[in-house]
Amino acid sequence: MSVDTPTVGTADEVARTGATQSKIANYTINFGPQHPAAHGVLRLVLELDGEIVERVDPHVGLLHRGTEKLCEYKTYIQSVPYMDRLDYVSPMCMEHSYVLAIEKLLDLEVPERARWLRTFFAELTRVSNHLLNIGSHIMDVGAMTPNLWLFEPREDIMNFYERASGARMHANYFRPGGVHQDVPQALLDDIGVWMDGKLLPMFEDSISLVADNRIFKQRNVDISIVSKADALAWGFSGPMIRAAGIPWDIRKSQPYDMYAEVEFDVPVGTKGDCYDRMMVRIEEVRQSVRIMKQCLDKMRPGPIASLDRKVVPPKRAEMKQSMEALIHHFKLYTEGFHVPAGEVYVATESPKGEFGCYIVADGTNKPYRVKLRPTGFSHLQAMDFMTRGHMLADVTAILGSLDIVFGEIDR
Amino acid sequence: MANNSAPVIAPREGLLAEVKAALGEAVLDARHAVGEDTITVRRDSLVEACRILRDRFEYQQLMEIVGIDYPERAERFEIDYHLLSVTRNHRVRVRVGTDEDTPVPSVTGLWPVAGWLEREVFDLYGVLFDGNDDLRRILTDYGFRGHPFRKDFPLSGYVELRYSEEQKRVVYEPVRLPQDFRAFDFLSPWEGAQYILPGDEKASPEAPGAPTPLKAEEIKK
Repeated sequence: MSVDTPTVGTADEVARTGATQSKIANYTINFGPQHPAAHGVLRLVLELDGEIVERVDPHVGLLHRGTEKLCEYKTYIQSVPYMDRLDYVSPMCMEHSYVLAIEKLLDLEVPERARWLRTFFAELTRVSNHLLNIGSHIMDVGAMTPNLWLFEPREDIMNFYERASGARMHANYFRPGGVHQDVPQALLDDIGVWMDGKLLPMFEDSISLVADNRIFKQRNVDISIVSKADALAWGFSGPMIRAAGIPWDIRKSQPYDMYAEVEFDVPVGTKGDCYDRMMVRIEEVRQSVRIMKQCLDKMRPGPIASLDRKVVPPKRAEMKQSMEALIHHFKLYTEGFHVPAGEVYVATESPKGEFGCYIVADGTNKPYRVKLRPTGFSHLQAMDFMTRGHMLADVTAILGSLDIVFGEIDR
Repeated sequence: MANNSAPVIAPREGLLAEVKAALGEAVLDARHAVGEDTITVRRDSLVEACRILRDRFEYQQLMEIVGIDYPERAERFEIDYHLLSVTRNHRVRVRVGTDEDTPVPSVTGLWPVAGWLEREVFDLYGVLFDGNDDLRRILTDYGFRGHPFRKDFPLSGYVELRYSEEQKRVVYEPVRLPQDFRAFDFLSPWEGAQYILPGDEKASPEAPGAPTPLKAEEIKK
């Protein structure tokens, strides 16, 4: 704890007003690790001068599970469920980088329907992530209702996840070579109806409560302005860099899966404050719905995973008939497939920003090194300069606008 | 043209030759493999190389710093810097090598984001960064000992913690595994086992499994 003596006026001033000159000490408070506005297990050491934040020292790592080290001891396919547990708010987007990195090393061709399904579910995941973030951000600055409303469509998305993959959150749905299993047409139809019938009305209703609300604007506008230069220097990505005014979206500039085939707009902020970051996310939800509709239109029946049996296991029914299929299944679930030696860094546009997966393969069935590039790590690091000079109450607003999840930051 | 559906990054023609010309002797190796560019530079000229890449070649963003441990090498650690150019829409990887004792110059002067990224490599690998004035541990526990991502650090670690009902606090104890850590042998005699007979490798603690003979860039469909 540092103690200093600010000069309160001049001696004349003191004599004129009769004020007594007193020592004001900076004090340090501990925010978290158990705090509802800390979005997980974040410990912030805040140094305050009165109510003004002088310095922020985020302590992370309370959720460190050593995912990357665990991956070194597992076959490639065994590590897919670890990815779900990184950013547990957008699980399928985490799998996306990982499976694309493996496919890039194998140079594996993925059938069209699988790519449409992955694009579709990645966007569904983006909606789910943004619903949670927008809702909790609104709640952090004091409004209760939108959060409750936004949780309802999110709950529906969980159910859609379950119908597609069998799990509500940790889907383990994207696999190297495609997706795990095909979805029934009824599910796609239901999502199509739900988007227009429930998601958008509820979403727009909730947003209409806050977007032009005076209190909401007072809490967000002009809070923590990030310039373009700062956004670049601090390694921002995703909605954070777009809110700062840089039109950078990996889905547009380095398209993967089917993003080259769909039309969508990239929202860009004008000021780079908390309100812009919020508004960028709100517009992204609308754009995601637009992408999902195009996916539904363009998706055709077909194989949902590569037919390369050295990578993708055969279906159960086939195994009842074919000895070859049985052998492939056995080999893939014991030894796994071998990935040729090489190294790739594959980054996709996860809802929070650039989620990268760096795989160093040595030609065996296990990766030599897996490095996951968390999006929130760089954003949280910038917390110090973003918060400096703001009020204590703004800390939660800034934290909410960063959209951090500790499964991913701590890995 | 690649068959896979990973993010499409258009190759930047003549980049490696230009970088070699601009950096001169600082470049130890520059290669294009699996669609990605890697430039290995001398450790002492890392900062200068990054500055030139940032200012002259428009790689504005440092996205990631990765440490990799190769215990059999003389310089056992490899540090990879992933740079991104948002104007030229391209990525490049800058690589340096080091060992346990030799510090790597810090790039925090170029990109403030390097602060935590370097802390992470220091925490997990014990690589020192000269010029990073906040080189504390970041991901591991307060008071943690050792560098867990080194290849010679066991997966289970050395200590585990639990809440002790008697002492009413969390206590640290040496790791006790009810079942031995199992390392399975996946060596397949059918796929490229050119060297040892199945069974021989079981003398060593963990067999790596058979490598495929191809490198990633050699795959032709």
